[in-house]
Amino acid sequence: MTGIEISCLGYSYGAKRALDDLNLQVAPGQFCALLGPNGAGKSTLFSLLTRLFVAPEGRILLAGLDLARQPRAAMARLGVVFQQPTLDLDLTVRRNLLYFAALHGIAGRAAEARVTAALDRLGMAERAGEPVRALNGGHRRRMEIARALIHDPAVLLLDEPTVGLDAAARVAITDHVHDLAAQGLTVLWATHLTDEIRDTDRVAVLHRGRLLADSTAADLRGAQSLQTAFLRLTGDEP
Amino acid sequence: MTHWLITLRAILHREALRFTGQRGRFIAALVRPLVWLIVFAAGFRAALGLSITPPYQTYITYETYIVPGLLGMICLFNGMQSSLSLVYDREMGSMRLLLTAPLPRWWLLLCKLLAGTLVSVLQCLVFLAIAVAWGVRFPVMGVLSVLPALVLTGLMLGAVGLMLSSLIRQLENFAGVMNFVIFPMFFMSSALYPLWKMREASPTLATLCGLNPFTHSVELIRFSLYLQPNPSAMGWVLLATLAFGAAAMRGYDPARGMQGKTLKGG
Repeated sequence: MTGIEISCLGYSYGAKRALDDLNLQVAPGQFCALLGPNGAGKSTLFSLLTRLFVAPEGRILLAGLDLARQPRAAMARLGVVFQQPTLDLDLTVRRNLLYFAALHGIAGRAAEARVTAALDRLGMAERAGEPVRALNGGHRRRMEIARALIHDPAVLLLDEPTVGLDAAARVAITDHVHDLAAQGLTVLWATHLTDEIRDTDRVAVLHRGRLLADSTAADLRGAQSLQTAFLRLTGDEP
Repeated sequence: MTHWLITLRAILHREALRFTGQRGRFIAALVRPLVWLIVFAAGFRAALGLSITPPYQTYITYETYIVPGLLGMICLFNGMQSSLSLVYDREMGSMRLLLTAPLPRWWLLLCKLLAGTLVSVLQCLVFLAIAVAWGVRFPVMGVLSVLPALVLTGLMLGAVGLMLSSLIRQLENFAGVMNFVIFPMFFMSSALYPLWKMREASPTLATLCGLNPFTHSVELIRFSLYLQPNPSAMGWVLLATLAFGAAAMRGYDPARGMQGKTLKGG
């Protein structure tokens, strides 16, 4: 296992327990949907995985590297798409990508080559010189995903990446990330939208800081819809 | 070039591009000190008699007196604004992105502070050029000798802002910080009036002004602009920069900082 390995992870905000004894493994090439209602602990988990906070309890391995002991090496293997937009709207598409490459120590011709390749994959080469403000929401999100891959990470984290997008853009982005997983990337996709999950996907259901279920979507839902199974599990069914 | 320097260059470049690309922000940042220089100073010069005090060697106009204070004001507003904008989600996203870079956090925060300082210094240089056109005089070499003082002031005030942004969990608007940080810091300093004037009015206030690190920034800028050393002001500002910088680093320590305000939804 060299994707994501989370063991005995716990985190509290004062007296409030946000994550409790969480154990989760995601293998390379696997698309794991982290499903949970608001307040389940998804954002806390993402903050710990991206080292915005340090976990006082438990251990996180990213691509086999301990986030607490080798933070820089582990973070270098990680690509992140945040829930909040993180693009600089006034800078051009190319400049945004070059900035990110530089944060990972990639500059000069190497950076130009990677940015050009990313733009080609997105089919946005001709828009490289436009300010990001000119792109629609779907394009911006795709660009953020492409940006997260510029340094060839082994693990990709996405925190509710389809929020605010229209149906077509949501489908396109969901398909795109499934393709990335099929190519060998470890993907952890946080969401509360069950229609983004395929039957073959791994689903980890997080509720009140604890892992309620961890199986394929098909096994989890059985004969019912995933939405119904999810609501039944989290006790929120109507 | 090492990863560290590549990142520093990219952060500085990004800030410079944002600065030059946002003309509105650039003009707004200049209007404030220019209103003080051109309007306030014209009305206030009759009310304030200035004696000859170092670094000045002759009687000076009030406009000449307040230029260093207004340079400090540019750094003060810019430092607070760039750091406090982090509190808002819009900027918090880009901060999150920055903090996921595989480099030590203190270095990333220092790069961020240097980028904010670069913008302050550019604004100060443009303001100085306009002040010269307005008739304010200082040694030509003062433009160079004032640069380290401006950089240090920018770093110190940026660190104050960064520290505040890590402490303040919810910032309703900029006005709160204006009232509780920027205005007291600015008015309780030697930016607009020399401390001996303040002492005539209230020795207690003068003492408080003397403890205000911004006073020492202004004096460091003032002396540097006139090519004179001021080791005491330099020492104060250095010490304050280190103290505020350490507090900011502590506030953004992943084991302690940024809690509460960044969490929404799941």
